[in-house]
Amino acid sequence: MAPVATPFFFYLLSGLALISGILVITRRNPVHSALALILTLLALAGIYLMLYAPFVAGVQIILYAGGIMVLFLFVIMLVNVGRAEKERQFNKQWLLAIAATVGLGIVFVRVFTSSQTLTELLKRPLAQLPETSNTQQVGFSLYGQYMLAFEIASLLLLVAIVGAVVMAKKRI
Amino acid sequence: MRDYFYSYLKSDATPGAAGNMLWAFIYIMLIFMGLSIAVIAMNWLERKVLAHMQVRLGPMRVGPHGLLQPIADAIKLLIKEDIMPAEADKLVFWMAPLIVVTTAFTTFIVVPFGPQHAVTDMNIGILFMLGVSSLGVLGIVMAGWASNSHYPLIGALRSSAQMVSYEVAMGLAVVSAVLMTSLHGAGIYATGGGSGMGTLSMIEIVRAQQEQQAWFAFKFFPLGLVAMFVFAVAMVAETNRAPFDLPEAESELTAGFHTEYSGFRWSLFFLAEYSAMIAVSSILVTLWLGGWLRPFPNLLAGPTWDLVFSLFPGLTFLALAGLTSGFGALLGLIGLILFISPVRAWVQDIYWFVAKVAVFMYLYIWYRGTFPRYRFDQLMKVGWKVLLPTGLGVLIVTAIVGVL
Repeated sequence: MAPVATPFFFYLLSGLALISGILVITRRNPVHSALALILTLLALAGIYLMLYAPFVAGVQIILYAGGIMVLFLFVIMLVNVGRAEKERQFNKQWLLAIAATVGLGIVFVRVFTSSQTLTELLKRPLAQLPETSNTQQVGFSLYGQYMLAFEIASLLLLVAIVGAVVMAKKRI
Repeated sequence: MRDYFYSYLKSDATPGAAGNMLWAFIYIMLIFMGLSIAVIAMNWLERKVLAHMQVRLGPMRVGPHGLLQPIADAIKLLIKEDIMPAEADKLVFWMAPLIVVTTAFTTFIVVPFGPQHAVTDMNIGILFMLGVSSLGVLGIVMAGWASNSHYPLIGALRSSAQMVSYEVAMGLAVVSAVLMTSLHGAGIYATGGGSGMGTLSMIEIVRAQQEQQAWFAFKFFPLGLVAMFVFAVAMVAETNRAPFDLPEAESELTAGFHTEYSGFRWSLFFLAEYSAMIAVSSILVTLWLGGWLRPFPNLLAGPTWDLVFSLFPGLTFLALAGLTSGFGALLGLIGLILFISPVRAWVQDIYWFVAKVAVFMYLYIWYRGTFPRYRFDQLMKVGWKVLLPTGLGVLIVTAIVGVL
């Protein structure tokens, strides 16, 4: 069976992610921004699928696009949208933000090219991973090799949940 | 071309696994058609059953016993004027019904109607279904916001709060069923065997129930049943149906999030609601009621019983033919075709799956006819204080029983 992960899909998905990412920061209406962000997240899920990681793609859709973004929209609808539309879209920190983004980009490229040149990296074919047992592999690494880190992360989340409840409720 | 067409029939994999694009397309079209017919039938059945529960006759004028009423309604909706509110957000208003209907239909890609009767089988099958159906909330929220009107907005807020909270309980119930796929003890009361590898794939989940000789509803006796109950309650809330239909409570919110929609766009919401109901029912059937497996595969085993159970699809159609007078001959003919040996073998998996889903579709109507609507705080209390702890408890006890 021929692999579905052709370059066409990569350019389509990454282009979609970039365009909708730009839309997130340029739309005046916060609801439109949130909807564009959902499109970005879905395009990223598609890229995870291309990288033979269906589990990560599924979790991306169910948690980010389906869960967190719905709560985002929920909050945006409750607050007063009218005021946000009249405010200036970009504040004075945009120069600093661009500098930081470029810096981060350079760091990423340096990390990936530390062992090889950029052209070699781009020509390298994608690794063929066992797609059919992806979920099981993720499970084995999470509960085997990275058990401690995983548990610490979940404890941190628990603390965050308790903190949110304490801050939101006056009487518990 | 002919070879390409026939080569798939010899293999016993799904079109997706066999990599056969043509058959995948045929399966998608068949599922699409089947769903549309099911939604039309469900519309008629719901009105008839509700009417009879309330000692009325229901639709009687169009066709025998109002059988053609849904088609008349569909034509009415299609030729109705399509109104868009002047202050509405045009693009979002236009996109919302499309998103709702697309997500509702996309979930059916992984629904296993039989060991090879699914469009494809994914490694993340059940996760995919839950994820895509959770995207449907977005459509509802968008519809409510874009209408730029009070009732739809309140309906959308209620619906997003409700669906996000019940998704949690639903997910926990699903996890306990997925956990059971890895516990290889055979039979209903078997414990232990916790060293096997679990699976999220819909087809493999049903295969696990076949191997363990128990539907997961009856595995570790009360545990599976409790998890199924949690899911069965959560799925009614997830599809915004009575008694949890607060997002469209007509006594308070006119019609909830789709108040401003009319004509064709409204019919898309209608289509999506019913196909989402079928989708969650088929998740329940796959996870707990053995999917395509026939009843009593181990108690009433052997070729004789296999033959008896494979006659059921044909007999159902013959019984239906006996009940109806007008086009009963057609139904009878279909019934007779279903008795032919190769057709029988091909159809019986689909028949059992659809029959089990149909039971839950009937239950949806029954709930609507008998339960009063919940208040919103009661709904939240049920979701967070009853279903969530129950689901969590069942999950923990299942894990403990599994490693005993």
